[in-house]
Amino acid sequence: MQTYDLSDTHIVTPPEEIALSTHQLQVYYGNNRQASMTDASLSFPRFQITALIGASGSGKSTYLRSLNRLNDRIARVQGEIMYRNTNINSPKINVYEVRKHIGMVFQKPNPFAKSISENITFALKAAGITDRRERHQRVETSLKEAALWDEVKDDLNKSALALSGGQQQRLCIARAIAMKPDILLLDEPASALDPISTTKLEVTLKALTQKYTIIIVTHNMQQASRISAYTAFFHLGHVTEYDQTEKIFQTPKIQATHDYVTGNFG
Amino acid sequence: MTPNQTDRIATQVINVLVLIVVLILMFLLGDIILNGFPHISWHFLTSPSSPFSAGGGIRDQLFNSLYLLILTLIISFPLALGSAIYLAEYAGNNWRTGLIRTAIEVLSSLPSVVVGLFGYLLFVIQFHLGFSILSGAIALTFFNLPLLVRSIEGSLHAVPDTQREAGMALGLSSWRTIRSIILPAALPGILTGIILSAGRVFGEAAALIYTAGQSAPILNYADWNPTDGSSFLNPMRPAETLAVHIWKVNTEGVTPDAISISAGASAVLIIVILLFNFGARAIGAHMYKKMTGGK
Amino acid sequence: MDEIQKKLTAPSKASREDVTGRIISYTCIAAIIILVISILYFITSRGIATFTTNHVSLWQFLSGKEWNPGTLNAKGQPQVGALPMIVTSFSVTILAALVATPFAIAVALFMTDIAPKNGAKFLQPVIELLVGIPSVVYGFIGLTVVVPFIRHLFGGTGSGILAGTIVLFVMVLPTITSLSVDALRAVPTYFRSASLALGATRFQTIYKVLLRAAMPRLLTAVIFGMARAFGEALAVQMVIGNAVLMPRNLVTPTSTLTSQLTTNIGNTIMGTLPNNALWSLALILLLMSLVFNLLIRCIGKRGEIKS
Repeated sequence: MQTYDLSDTHIVTPPEEIALSTHQLQVYYGNNRQASMTDASLSFPRFQITALIGASGSGKSTYLRSLNRLNDRIARVQGEIMYRNTNINSPKINVYEVRKHIGMVFQKPNPFAKSISENITFALKAAGITDRRERHQRVETSLKEAALWDEVKDDLNKSALALSGGQQQRLCIARAIAMKPDILLLDEPASALDPISTTKLEVTLKALTQKYTIIIVTHNMQQASRISAYTAFFHLGHVTEYDQTEKIFQTPKIQATHDYVTGNFG
Repeated sequence: MTPNQTDRIATQVINVLVLIVVLILMFLLGDIILNGFPHISWHFLTSPSSPFSAGGGIRDQLFNSLYLLILTLIISFPLALGSAIYLAEYAGNNWRTGLIRTAIEVLSSLPSVVVGLFGYLLFVIQFHLGFSILSGAIALTFFNLPLLVRSIEGSLHAVPDTQREAGMALGLSSWRTIRSIILPAALPGILTGIILSAGRVFGEAAALIYTAGQSAPILNYADWNPTDGSSFLNPMRPAETLAVHIWKVNTEGVTPDAISISAGASAVLIIVILLFNFGARAIGAHMYKKMTGGK
Repeated sequence: MDEIQKKLTAPSKASREDVTGRIISYTCIAAIIILVISILYFITSRGIATFTTNHVSLWQFLSGKEWNPGTLNAKGQPQVGALPMIVTSFSVTILAALVATPFAIAVALFMTDIAPKNGAKFLQPVIELLVGIPSVVYGFIGLTVVVPFIRHLFGGTGSGILAGTIVLFVMVLPTITSLSVDALRAVPTYFRSASLALGATRFQTIYKVLLRAAMPRLLTAVIFGMARAFGEALAVQMVIGNAVLMPRNLVTPTSTLTSQLTTNIGNTIMGTLPNNALWSLALILLLMSLVFNLLIRCIGKRGEIKS
């Protein structure tokens, strides 16, 4: 692999209202001295889609999973994650509250072995929403927002495991947005899906930006350029370039980014 | 000898050895069933034993075995579940966990007679529980715990990590995730493990002869008050189980029809354990099918 | 705005649930640890009383051939020689393992390499069934079939090391077999295909590649079997004869550590020498099970197949 100067970076701060930002985030796995993620400082604009791209092992998933403290059990995360003027990467923070505001959807669809509606109502109940009607209302709205309602509205009591992969993934999105989060993190949500399901998913995500801030990790550069407003390029645990998506793909400032988006990488 | 000849001979040798093993098993089962079945009758199953004359049954022993099994499971299951949850969900990858695992391995490798003697020392003697169902159930719990912990932990591990992540990402506490998502998903495996361990507990005798004792006092099956001395539910009475009974009539040699009683009792023991084994498989498969929506 | 900030730092229902969960599971695991420590402590403290309270020398205990703790010998010392039981316990254990191992490995090979489909389908339940048979049933069959058969062949009572070995052989067979199956299955398929592709016969592959690759785990399987045989009490007690005599051959009555314990611990009075001496036997059992455990760990650590 070609070596690039990792200190050579170009990172902008979006002029829009910022929903979430990180300052010098470092991630260490296990007892490693070597950081898997170094000095990541990014700001994510509200009601926009930001894409995180980069080769496998570049640290983009690690970074994403740190944002809602999901790495707590397996890694040490240093630095600041600012959300609503609060550093949520502090030991004093109630991580369960954080995760209610910052939802997440994973690479592989992971519905619970419960019915479709229970998949959504389960966390609502745990969060203390005792009103049945309110819960059912949320099932309907979230499934509609995730563009799944029409396909499953007659089978809400069927096992979620009987759905197709694409449907399961949209159910997982519905499950996440039923909690009414501010921010939605998506870790390669389309990697296990076929092209038609992927297109549906992208349309859904676009529509969701009316109410949610979305940060998405993707392997697929076309996908990043189709849906995102901003794009960050990750390389070997560093954020190399962060700018508006058009600029990243058309006039990248950094050599590594240029090589990656033109396919001359590695 | 050419390599091909060696190959043929070696294969034959292996086949013969396998055949012998199969014959041994068939002999064992045949012996137990052919000798035992003729002695199993309604009278045998429902009358009390008579140590000094022929014609005694195994009613009380059979009941004691079942009662002891249930008590043992009531004590050991919650403990094993909690420990397995600790090991599968909370334990870090460090020396402390290593030490805990070693301790459990040591416990599982202890001969059951040593476990029984410890129960005798601590509960029968020190705590003055005497030879009692309770002492027996505690001793059997010690004997049962490591296996149960291991099987439950295995079932918990078999639930994919993505399910844990799903729960966490929704802001659920780990405890809630474990209780309401991981445990139900692991239930078929856990249940299979419990039933298989029940088979082992049911046939165990060495841990019991000095804890639950070797005598079967006359029980009153109409007395539902567990604090009465003669009530069948009293956990503080001595209780000879089926397995202990087989051992005792054979070693004491005062019962004239010891051989036929043991043969019948052995057959009953084996049948119950077989039922446990098949039951475990059937229930596990059925629940798995039901949970995955038939897929 | 402020309300959300407050929620982010305040404990919630979820964090309280997590404390509950931790308390419950930590308590359970602590109970097991305390249990193991107290077993080790109680058996050890009872077991060493023979040497600390009754001042029997350890050497005399391990090498003496006379076991009669209630009476004194000509020199006025208590007769607590455990050697006959130690020898018998080790004899039946080693003999049973020696006989069972070839059978176990043959059955395992049959299930993994010779007839992997039907063999495994048929033999798996057979093995599980053998594991499930309670030890008193093995003892009973030993008493009614094996002992009379030996009596018929060699005369005498029929009980002794040979009867014990036969019963234990059947008992440890399933243990060793199922662990051997795991050991052989753990050898990657490409080991086999590579060897066969080089023109080796199946037996050459088994002998030179498979068994060698699986050797450490096969050894652990055998040690597991030995641990089970060494600690088995009732089945052996029913066929060994229970006379504390140095075994002169395989067919005279003798006694193992476990059989002596089960026969006599109820007939002695707590705190007296005859009782303490029995606890010392229990201590030997405990220590041996630790030794087996240690052996399994040592071999297991070396034998991991890296792929």
